[in-house]
Amino acid sequence: MIILFYIAAIVAVISTLCVILQSNIVHALIYLILSLLAVAVIFYVLGAPFAAMLEAIVYAGAIMVLFLFVIMMLNLGKISTDQERSWMKSSGWVAPGIMAAILLAQLLNVLGDYEYDLVPVEVGVMEVSTLLFGPYVLAVELASILLLAGLVSAYHLAKK
Amino acid sequence: MTFEVGSILNIGAILAVVIGVAAMLIWVERRLLSLWQDRLGPNRVGWFGLMQVVADMVKIFNKEDWVPPFSDRFVFVLAPAIIMTVILLSFGVIPFAPGVGIADSNVGVLFVLAMASLGAYSVMLGGLSSDNKYALLGSLRAAAQMVSYEVFMGISMLGVVALTGSFDLREIVLAQADGWYVIPQFVGFVIFLIAGVAESHRLPFDIPEADQEIVAGYHTEYSGMKFGMFFVGEYLGLVLVSSLITVLFFGGWMGPGFLPPVIWFAAKAFVFICFFILLRAAIPRPRYDQLMSYGWLFLLPLSLINLLVTAFIILSSQ
Repeated sequence: MIILFYIAAIVAVISTLCVILQSNIVHALIYLILSLLAVAVIFYVLGAPFAAMLEAIVYAGAIMVLFLFVIMMLNLGKISTDQERSWMKSSGWVAPGIMAAILLAQLLNVLGDYEYDLVPVEVGVMEVSTLLFGPYVLAVELASILLLAGLVSAYHLAKK
Repeated sequence: MTFEVGSILNIGAILAVVIGVAAMLIWVERRLLSLWQDRLGPNRVGWFGLMQVVADMVKIFNKEDWVPPFSDRFVFVLAPAIIMTVILLSFGVIPFAPGVGIADSNVGVLFVLAMASLGAYSVMLGGLSSDNKYALLGSLRAAAQMVSYEVFMGISMLGVVALTGSFDLREIVLAQADGWYVIPQFVGFVIFLIAGVAESHRLPFDIPEADQEIVAGYHTEYSGMKFGMFFVGEYLGLVLVSSLITVLFFGGWMGPGFLPPVIWFAAKAFVFICFFILLRAAIPRPRYDQLMSYGWLFLLPLSLINLLVTAFIILSSQ
């Protein structure tokens, strides 16, 4: 199982890098889907099958489909690819690179002190549900109100 | 080597049978449609025309496998592989009989839904990368249709999940020992049936590839075996939806003991395959906006009410 974790982690990191480096937006999107699926595998290996499936259904399945839908509508062609490529070449890499390196160093520093306990405990659907509709019911309700507000405003905009 | 759930022998047998059945369905569909339309259908090659599938395969392998120069090559080649992969992966959690199956996942129902939602990419990317107006129109329609009907499909399955108390498809079958779920969940069954047709985009819901309006929709530019993969993928989807209906609502492999469980499963699934083919022969295609408004204005409230009533009955009987 731990080998599966490392494979999925490497796939996730590489595909996420490809998302940033790709200048073709459809290719970038495919890499993003791959990255999300790899994260789903990581969730599964760590003992959270429900979260893994939700990651695949909601993020890789539904949200990315909507992204692709918008890309289809926009009719982006060679012009946007060239524009993206010109942005990639510029020296804008330096400052974000340094900041990301600092963050990475901090993360490695924190992880170095961490006590590892790599025995995954499987948390099933039932446990997640009892938590969601028990102590966290307020958060669930707030999230649903947020979604409802989004739905109503989208309906309003579409009606105009 | 033992024959148990997840053994190599089991996986190989299921893979071979599923792909074989999907390929044979090309012939079954043509013969059955002909029967219902008072024609003969392909009956020249082999016994009753059975070798027609082999002839079609030989033909399709010999066709020029053309990738249009204006297409996005990487995505164009990737798209047909996605549909085959995700549908074959979905078969991984289907329990065919006691001891026959690839994996008994405790999130089996969700896995099937996840694979179904990934299947939408095949159609969308295929149409988008073709760089063809008809293909783009087809894949736009497919995207909206598949994302919408996935919702009702998921909610209609939840009634069964609530009755069983598990997402494991094998547990769902075992829980139907006293009675099939089609009786308490009849509304869920009908919604699942309709959503299943829409998800595998077959007639009457083949709006993404409506030949009369948009040539062949998302696979207009495809030829040779790449087209063949879309084609077989559609039949694989048909087998998958029929197997899922059998598992979720008709007691899976259960039946009177004079036949082995696998035969019962195959017989039940075959009835639904025939039903889907009859549907194709019987019902014309609705308009695109009719399909969408029917889904969101009728099926969604109905499936939510079904879920609420089921939950209420379960809670009040405890």
